[in-house]
This record gives sequence, structure tokens and C-alpha cells, in this order.
Amino acid sequence: MAEEMRIVLRNYGKIDPLKIEDYLAQGGYKALEKARSMGQAALIDDVKKSNLRGRGGAGFNCGMKWSFAASATADQKYVICNADEGEPGTYKDRLIMENDPQSLLEGMAICAYAIGANQGYIYCRGEYPQVIEILNQAIDQAKAQGLLGDFDIEVRSGAGAYVCGEETALIESIEGSRGEPRFKPPFPPVQGLWAKPTIVNNVETFANIPVIVDKGGAWYADIGNPAYPGTKVFTLTGDVNNRTFFEVPTDTTIRALVFKFGGGIRGGKKFKAVQIGGTSGAFIPESLLDTQVAFDAMSAIGATLGSGATFVLDETRDLVDVSTRIAKFFEHESCGKCAPCREGTARMHELMKKLNEGKGSSKDVALLEKLGRVMSYSCLCGLGQAAPAPVLTTIKHFPADYNAKLM
Amino acid sequence: MGYTDIIARYSDKPGGLIEAFHAVQKELSYLPEEVIVEAARIFNVPVAQAYGVASFYSMFSTKARGKNIIRICESAPCHVAGAAEVVAAIEAELGIKAGESTADGSFALELTECVGQCQATPVITINGKAYLDVNPAKIREILAEYK
Ligand SMILES: Cc1cc2nc3c(=O)[nH]c(=O)nc-3n(C[C@H](O)[C@H](O)[C@H](O)COP(=O)(O)O)c2cc1C
Ligand code: SF4
Ligand code: FES
Repeated sequence: MAEEMRIVLRNYGKIDPLKIEDYLAQGGYKALEKARSMGQAALIDDVKKSNLRGRGGAGFNCGMKWSFAASATADQKYVICNADEGEPGTYKDRLIMENDPQSLLEGMAICAYAIGANQGYIYCRGEYPQVIEILNQAIDQAKAQGLLGDFDIEVRSGAGAYVCGEETALIESIEGSRGEPRFKPPFPPVQGLWAKPTIVNNVETFANIPVIVDKGGAWYADIGNPAYPGTKVFTLTGDVNNRTFFEVPTDTTIRALVFKFGGGIRGGKKFKAVQIGGTSGAFIPESLLDTQVAFDAMSAIGATLGSGATFVLDETRDLVDVSTRIAKFFEHESCGKCAPCREGTARMHELMKKLNEGKGSSKDVALLEKLGRVMSYSCLCGLGQAAPAPVLTTIKHFPADYNAKLM
Repeated sequence: MGYTDIIARYSDKPGGLIEAFHAVQKELSYLPEEVIVEAARIFNVPVAQAYGVASFYSMFSTKARGKNIIRICESAPCHVAGAAEVVAAIEAELGIKAGESTADGSFALELTECVGQCQATPVITINGKAYLDVNPAKIREILAEYK
């Protein structure tokens, strides 16, 4: 059975995060030096070869994304780290930033060199004021040591909007506006922050970079599931014995997450469902637990990997109640820019509430299915597109919970 | 420092309006109308746009509220861990409902989504500081720190 393997959490518990000397003693910033000696094209090729795919949820090939920004000509380019981490049940990026902030800065500096940028931003959620302080200290230390060269990094604080995790909404927010997603294309690597070529990557994605550069893309491509290689950090919540975090290779199964690393269900109860990827993820039944926690393997069962949040529910839980809570989340977090989501999330919450209170009929369930299908393709951004997933998958896999509450 | 000075510190920062709002709120706990008007002037944007920003983000409040801001996470992991009982306990202790402030202006009580401390649910934060594995029995003691 799979064992834990720490790449992005390699220094967890081993260094004082506020002492750059500790990071340097672990070989820190050697990868940046190596990257600069490789040249930009060879560096991007090696990142491509690693087949590292974004850890923020969309799973896009990181080296490929960088190559778009590298080949764009512009007087100014930007590197942005997405540290908005708003997906409920997720705290992996916080773990990385609190315990090893320099690995993130080094990853960003390597990206800046690769694409030719001299300004970076870390957009950190407003709920993490202590992390913002750590990041600012870490940046000061790296600058004082002259490690970043002409690359400058500024930390910006979010202000409590889940949608700002979406990369174009995030860009709007750094620009000082309401965090409403933009129409794509153009994509950020071509036209992003202040209309300049911009790379947006997740914290965990950046933290992988120094190790990939150090050990080589081929080494990384060999770890875990070949289509989505490397490791992934998972945070376990709900009815498991070990409500904690793990970093495991991506060929680990969901079953191992819940029963091996999670230590099984609390209180000797039976497993009922697990939701992976945060609140926008699908609810997964027992029969699909042998799926690997890799991007495409999860898509194949109609689920997502998302942020790696893993929310486990035991046999006593009522999925209609939980999905109603989740529907409220989406109604609240919809930015309102497009009608299918603005209206759809409100109607979905209304229908779920009705069902949860025992006032709904099978007609309402059918209506939810239709509404969810329409939203999944007609909404402007990933928020509205993913919002129906918990409702649709609980209707599909756990119809008994709905039937028990029908009028 | 008056709010004009606070806002002015961010005027050179491209897109610094949100940072300026954060800084004012640290002092005043909310964003009064005159702050929004003044910020619009300093950042050279229409007042409607500055107000649009202030009203978009859930951490900003355009209404007066209590000094110590209690936020209770009600996202699914906290929900199944008993967040509703924690809400009820705080409401009873302070004599207000979620979304309200105490009459003496010392506390504001707000519901929120995940604050990223899900290793120990349910979670509340007070002025950004997280309290983990909270239950109704712990509430009185936690709030006493701020009284
Ligand atoms: C509603 C919504 C919320 C998102 N939240 C986050 C987030 O909190 N952190 C993150 O890294 N990506 C988030 N994303 C994904 C980003 O849009 C983007 O794909 C990602 O930052 C790219 O980085 P990566 O390629 O390294 O994953 C979100 C997307 C959507 C649609
Ligand atoms: S899908 Fe929802 S969150 Fe996304 S742009 Fe439309 S209204 Fe805003
Ligand atoms: S779910 Fe409540 S803190 Fe994350």
C-alpha cells in the first residue's frame, strides 16, 4: 500500500520557517541558481517534461503555461501566486506557507526567470493574517540575502470572497476591483494583470518547482500516476479517526486515503460517502473508492481532485442536509456577474431547503437535475459550473437520502 | 491617525484600494460612507466603484459594527461537527443574533465560510485569531478574553 512521500512538505517540522538560514542549510535556493544556469528554454522544457500539472484544481500543464507567457513579448510580465485557498476543508497551502515560505518564493523566482518577469504578487486570503506576516518576513529575508535578484514580490490580501480564487477574478482583485471573473480568452499568460502576460499558479504548484529543477523533470514524471505525476497534499475532515493532512503519490487510492491515512471511520461506524476537492466536489460512494487520486482518474468517475480536501461522512449522515448547506455556500459566493449562476444557485438552494424540510416532491428532484445540468455548461466561470456537482452526485449515488424526505 | 492619512498611505500602490480599506477597518471596524467617498477621491475612481468594492467583499462592512469581530465557520466540515450549537451558544451568551452587534459595541457576530483551520472543527475566529475544536462549553471563557 502507498506510503507518504513529502516533496512540497519536505521541510515541514525540520526548519524554522522564519530563518532563511535553515532553508539554505537544506539546500534552499540551489535550484534557483541551477535554473539560471540552464537558460530559459531548457528550464521550461524540463518543467514540461516533469508533467507537473496545476495543484489549484484545473490540472493544466505547468511548463506549457509558462511557455505561453515566455513567448509573449511585452515590456512587463507578472508572476502571481494563488494563495486564496477558499475551498472549504482545505488548508494545505497554509501548511506550506506557514512551515516553508521560502520554497514558495524560490518556486516563484524560478518562474519569473523562466518567463522574464521582475514583479510577483502573492494573493493570500484575508482569513490568514498570520500567514501574510510570515510571507512578508520571508520576502525581506530573501531580499536581504540578495537571493531574488531584481525580482520583487508583494503580498496582497484578499477580503473574503471565494470567487477570487478563480484566476481572473483574483487578477481583478489585485487591480483593486470587485472580484468578478473575466471572459476567457484572452487567458492570463497572454493578457493578465494590467493586461500584461501573467502566470498564475497555486502555492503547492510553486512549492514543487525547486525540487523538480533540482532532481530533474524525468525524476518527477516517474512518481505516482503517469498522467498526473508527483504527490498531492490531502486534508482530511469529517468522520475519520485522523483528521489531519498527508502528502502522497498520485497513484494512491481514495480508499487508502480514508482507511489507511485517515484511520477509517470514527466511533466504529460504517463509511457512507466522501467528497474530494472541497465543497464543489462530487460525493463518492463506497463502490468507487479504488480510484486513484489523480486528475483524469477522478474525472473518469465523474468526480474532481480539486484542492485535495477530503470530507468523509459516516452512515448516520444525511446527505440532503449536507448538500443543502453546500447549496447555501454557492448562493452566497456567486459573484452575480452571470444569470445562470446568480439565479441558478439561489433556486438550487431554495429547492434543496424545501426537500430538506420534507416539503419537496420527486418533481423537485427532477427540476434540480435539469437546473444542475444547465448550470454546468452555461455558467461563465468554474464556480457556477461546479456548484451543482454535490447535489447532482448525491441524487445519483444516494437516492435513498432524498426518497426518505419526499412528501 | 485620521482615515484620510491611512488611505493616502496606499495611494501610490496600483490597485491599493482594497489594502486601504483593510487598513481603515483595522482602526474603525467598518467602512463609513465618508471613508468610501474619500477613498474614491484619493484613488481617482467614481464613488460608485469604490462602494462596489466595499460591498463586494464579505470581510468589509459598510454598516457600523462591534469592535471585536467574531466569525463562525459554517462550511460543511464545521457544519457536521456541530457549528450550529456553537452559533446558538454565542448568541445566548451575547444576547444577539448572527449578523448583529452588541449594544455596547464590543462584539459583532458573523457567519462565515471556511477559514482554513479545518483540522479541528468547529472553528471560530475573533479579529482573525482562530479558536479550534470549539464547543458551547468553551464559549464563555473565550469571549472573556475580549471583555
Ligand atoms: C471558483 C474558483 C475558485 C478557485 N479557487 C482557487 C484557489 O483558492 N486556489 C487556487 O490555487 N486555485 C483556485 N482556482 C483555480 C484557479 O482559477 C487557477 O486555475 C489556478 O490558480 C491555476 O494554478 P495552477 O495551474 O497552479 O493550479 C479556483 C477556480 C475557481 C473557478
Ligand atoms: S459563474 Fe457565478 S461566480 Fe462565476 S462569473 Fe458567473 S455569477 Fe460569477
Ligand atoms: S470548514 Fe470550518 S474552518 Fe474549514
